[in-house]
Amino acid sequence: MLELQNISRKIGDEVYLDNVSLRLNRGELNILLGPTLSGKTSLMRVMAGLDKPDSGDVRFDGKSVLGMPVQKRNVAMVYQQFINYPSLTVFENIASPLRVARVEKSQIVKRVDEVAELLQLQAVLQRTPDSLSGGQQQRVALARALIRQADLVLLDEPLANLDYKLREELRAELPVLFAEMGAVLVYATTEPTEALLLGGNTACMHQGKIAQFGSTLELYRHPEALRSAEIFSDPPLNITALECSAGKLQIQGNKQIIDLPFNSLANGDYTLGIRPHHLRLEKMGTDDIALNGSVTVTEITGSESFVHFEFENRPWVALLHGIEEFSENEIVRFYVRPRDVLVFDSHDKLVVEHCANELSPEQ
Amino acid sequence: MKVQNNKAWFMVLPVLVLVAISAIIPLMTVVNYSVQDTFGNNEFFWVGMEWFQEILASERFHNALMRTLLFSGLILAIEIPLGIAVALAMPRRGIGVSVCLVLMALPLLIPWNVVGTIWQVFGRVDIGLLGHTLASLGIDYNYTQDTLDAWLTLIAMDVWHWTSLVVLLCYSGLAAIPEVYYQAARIDGASRWAIFRYIQLPKIKRVLVIALLLRFMDSFMIYTEPFVVTGGGPGNATTFLSIDLVQMAIGQFDLGPAAAMSLIYFLIILLVSWVFYTVMTIDDNEEQSASAKGRS
Amino acid sequence: MATIKLQGIAHSYNDKSAGIIKPADYAVNSLNQCWQDGGAYALLGPSGCGKTTLLNIISGLIKPTEGRILFDDVDVTDLIPEQRNIAQVFQFPVVYDTMTVAENLAFPLRNRGMAAAEIESRVKTVLSMLGLDSRADSRARSLNADDKQKISLGRGLVRTDVKAILFDEPLTVIDPHLKWQLRTELKKIHQQFKHTMIYVTHDQTEALTFADKVIVMHEGSIVQIGTPQQLFEQPGHTFVGKFIGSPGMNVLPCQIEGSEVLIGGIRINLQRTINNTGEKFEIGVRPEHIQLSAETGMSVEVVAIEDVGRHVILRARLEGIEINIIVSEGVAIPESPKVIFDIDKINLYANDYRVADNN
Repeated sequence: MLELQNISRKIGDEVYLDNVSLRLNRGELNILLGPTLSGKTSLMRVMAGLDKPDSGDVRFDGKSVLGMPVQKRNVAMVYQQFINYPSLTVFENIASPLRVARVEKSQIVKRVDEVAELLQLQAVLQRTPDSLSGGQQQRVALARALIRQADLVLLDEPLANLDYKLREELRAELPVLFAEMGAVLVYATTEPTEALLLGGNTACMHQGKIAQFGSTLELYRHPEALRSAEIFSDPPLNITALECSAGKLQIQGNKQIIDLPFNSLANGDYTLGIRPHHLRLEKMGTDDIALNGSVTVTEITGSESFVHFEFENRPWVALLHGIEEFSENEIVRFYVRPRDVLVFDSHDKLVVEHCANELSPEQ
Repeated sequence: MKVQNNKAWFMVLPVLVLVAISAIIPLMTVVNYSVQDTFGNNEFFWVGMEWFQEILASERFHNALMRTLLFSGLILAIEIPLGIAVALAMPRRGIGVSVCLVLMALPLLIPWNVVGTIWQVFGRVDIGLLGHTLASLGIDYNYTQDTLDAWLTLIAMDVWHWTSLVVLLCYSGLAAIPEVYYQAARIDGASRWAIFRYIQLPKIKRVLVIALLLRFMDSFMIYTEPFVVTGGGPGNATTFLSIDLVQMAIGQFDLGPAAAMSLIYFLIILLVSWVFYTVMTIDDNEEQSASAKGRS
Repeated sequence: MATIKLQGIAHSYNDKSAGIIKPADYAVNSLNQCWQDGGAYALLGPSGCGKTTLLNIISGLIKPTEGRILFDDVDVTDLIPEQRNIAQVFQFPVVYDTMTVAENLAFPLRNRGMAAAEIESRVKTVLSMLGLDSRADSRARSLNADDKQKISLGRGLVRTDVKAILFDEPLTVIDPHLKWQLRTELKKIHQQFKHTMIYVTHDQTEALTFADKVIVMHEGSIVQIGTPQQLFEQPGHTFVGKFIGSPGMNVLPCQIEGSEVLIGGIRINLQRTINNTGEKFEIGVRPEHIQLSAETGMSVEVVAIEDVGRHVILRARLEGIEINIIVSEGVAIPESPKVIFDIDKINLYANDYRVADNN
C-alpha cells in the first residue's frame, strides 16, 4: 500500500503539489486524471522518489520511504515516449531488468516468454525496437515494466502517442494485465474516456490539488465538486448560473426564466451542470426541464451528433443519438430529466443530484 | 533540480581539494606578489596598490591591451560569421557529413606550437610556400618586417586553426532543428534569409554563446603562436598582453608589476566574458520568468 | 481556393534510380482523386497508411514518384510549396521563437508582400478567432504548447487567398477540453470562409466531426470515401467497419443459403437476394445495432460488462465468436441475455468487400 500524507512541493513561487493525500492499495488501478500541468507527473515523481516533497510523508506498506533513493524502491515507470534500448533486441530489452538483478538464465528465458505472450510480442522478440510499430514499441516498454515485478508501477500517459485504434486495444488489455500484478498501479491521463474505459479508482487533479478520489464510475456519477465534474466530462460539462430565492430555484437568463423542480435549497447562488448526453430533443417525462439554445455548429459522426449551441452566453453542447442537423442560429429546444441534473452551491459543492443514473429498467 | 541529500558534497570533495591546490593557491601567490616589492633574499615590502596604479597608467600596458582587444575583435568578426556560413553550407546527410566533420576537426588536433611553426615556415619568403608564392607574384610580403603582414599572417593562422570549432558547434546546433520547421517556413513562403534569421539563428544561439566565449577567451590569451611566428615583432607590433606579461615576468624579473598585470588581465577576461554572456542570454531569462508567470 | 485533382499519384521513399520499385515499397499507391473546391475532407487511417505522405504530396513538400497533381486543372506537380500557395499545419507546434504572437501570424503575409494595413486587420481577426488577443505582443516562445499550436493554426488561417488549408493531426498535443473548442472553431471557420480543407488524422471522432467527406486509407490505398453516415452505416470494407466506431463493427463469418445467412447454428433472414458465388462471406453489424432482450433472440454468453459512464459495453460470445454490444445508460442487462440484430442494419461482405444491396 502506498500512502501519501499532505504532500506539498513548490519550486520558486510555483506550486506543483498542494497538500496531496492519497491511499493506494496493491492490485488496484489508480488513475490520475487532469489537464496538462495539473500536477500528475509531479505527483508521480514524488511517488517514485525522483523528487522530494517540501513537506509531507510518503509511506510504502506502512514505512516511510522518503529518504530511500529511487534505485532501492523497486519502482517501474512507463512514459509517454517509447523508451527502449535501440541497439538491443526486443528479448534483451525485456530481459534487461532481470539481467541487472542477476536472475538465472533459464529463469530469464521463461519469464520473458511469459510476458511476451501476455503482450503478444512473441513474434518480434528477435527484432530491434526501431523496426516495430509505435504500439509494439510501447508494449515492449510495458513488458519491461511488468517483468521486474515492481512494488510500484507508474504509467505516465502511456498511450498518448499511439493511434486511436491501438489505444482502444491496449486499453482493453491493460486492466487484465494489471489485475494479475499485485503491485500499486498509478496511471496518468488527460482523457476522461480513457479513465472510464480503464475503470479502477480515479483521482481528479487540478492545479496541484486532488479535487476528488474514489472509484472511477462512482466519481463520474457522483462528482462532489464542480471541478471534478468538469474534469470528468468529455465533451465538456455544460454549466450555467442559477439563483434560488423564496425556495424557487431558477435560471434567470436574459431571454428565458426556467424553473427547476428542487425546493429544499437555501436562498443564494448556485451553478447548474448538465452532461452533454443528457440533453435530448424529445421529452422523456412530464417533469422534464426545457431549455432553448441558439445553434452555432453541428458535428456529425455518422451515429451521433454534437450540437453546439449558445445558452445564456455560454457555449453548450448536446450529444444526440442519430443524425440531427440544424442550421446556424436556429433556436432548438432541448429537454433534460431532473434526475440527470447536477446543482452546485456557491462553494462549488454538489447539493442536488437525483440519484442520477441508478440502473432502472425503463425506456 | 534540488539537492536531494548531502552525500553529494562528499563526492565532489576531492575535486574541490584539487582545484584549491591547482588554482586558488597559485592565484593567492600572485595576489601576494602584486601588493609587495622584493629585492631578492625573500624580503618583501608592502606596496599596496602601487603596482596596479603603475600598470594601469603605463603606455606599454595600454598599447598591449589595445593590440589584444583588436586581435580578439578581428578574430571574432571573422571566425563567427565564417563558422556559421560554413556550417550552413555543410551537407545534412549522406557520406559528405563524415568527410566534412573529419576535415573540420583536423586543424583542431594540431598543437599550438606546431601550428605556429607551420605558419612560421609557410610564410617565409625564402622557403615557405605562401611567402615564396607571394614573392614570385611580385607582392611585397614579409611578416618579419612589415606590421600589416605580421598581423595578416597571425589572423590567417588563427582563422585556419580555430574556425572549425565554431563550425562544429554551429553544425551540432543546426542538426538539432526538426525538419518540420523548414517545412513550415516553406509553406509560409519564407525567404532563405528569413529562414536563417527566424529559425536557424535563434535555434543555434545557445551554442553560439559558447563558441563566442571560447573564441574570445582563447584569442585574448593567445601566446604560443605569435611567440613562435613573430616573437611579438616587428618591433612591438604583435606584442599582445600575454607576450608582454611573460617579457616582464621572466625577461625583466619584475614580479610585482607582472603579478598586478596578470590580475588585471584576469579581471578583464572575466568582465568581458560576463558581459557577453549576460547580453546574449537576456532573452532566455525573460522567457523563464514569463513561463513561470504563465504557470502559476 | 481550388479544386485539387490527383492523377495516378504514387510515391515510394525508396530511390527510383536504385532499380524497379516493388509494389510493397509504395507508401502511396496509384491514387485518382478529386477534391472539390470548398470541401472539408478528412484523411483517416492508422499510422503508416500513407496519409501524411499524401498530404505532403499535395502541399509540395514531397514530389510524387509517379502521377500528376492539378489545382484547378493547372499542373502543379513540379511547383515548390511556396508557388502552390497552400497553408499547412503540422502535428507539433512550429512557432518563430523570437517573434511576438502577432508577428508570427503576420509572417506568411509579409513574405508575400501584403500591405501593412491589410496585414494588421487580418492578424487582428485571427487573433480574436483563436482567443489570443491578450497575448498578441508576448514572445511566442513564452507560451504553453496549446497556445503555440493555436499560433500554428493561425498562420494557416490568416491567409485568405490560399488554394487549400492542410492539417496534419493538428490537435494531437492539445488538451481534451481545448480540442473540442478548437475543432468547432475550425468547423465554423470552414462554414464561414469555405476554404478547401484537408485534415489528416487517426482519430475517428476528429475525422468524422470535421469532414463532409472522409477518405479512409489503409496500406497506401483508399478503401472508402464517403460521408460520416455512409462510413458508419455502410462500411465498404471490413477494415472500415472495424476502424470506425468504438468498439468497431462486429464481423462474423457466415454461410449463405438463399436469402439467409448461417452463423454456426443460427439462421438470419436478410430479406434480400444474395448471389452466392462461393466466396468468403461475413456479416457486419455494429454494436449500436444490436438489441438486448430477456425472451426472444439469439442466446449469448456474457464475457464482460464494461460500464463506461455514457453507456455500457457488453462483451459476449455468440456461437463462440466474440461480439460487442452497446447498451444505453440506465438499461438493465438481463440475467441470461438474448440479442436481436437490426436486420436492415446488417451489412454483408464477400472477400472483405461490401456486397451492394440489390433489392
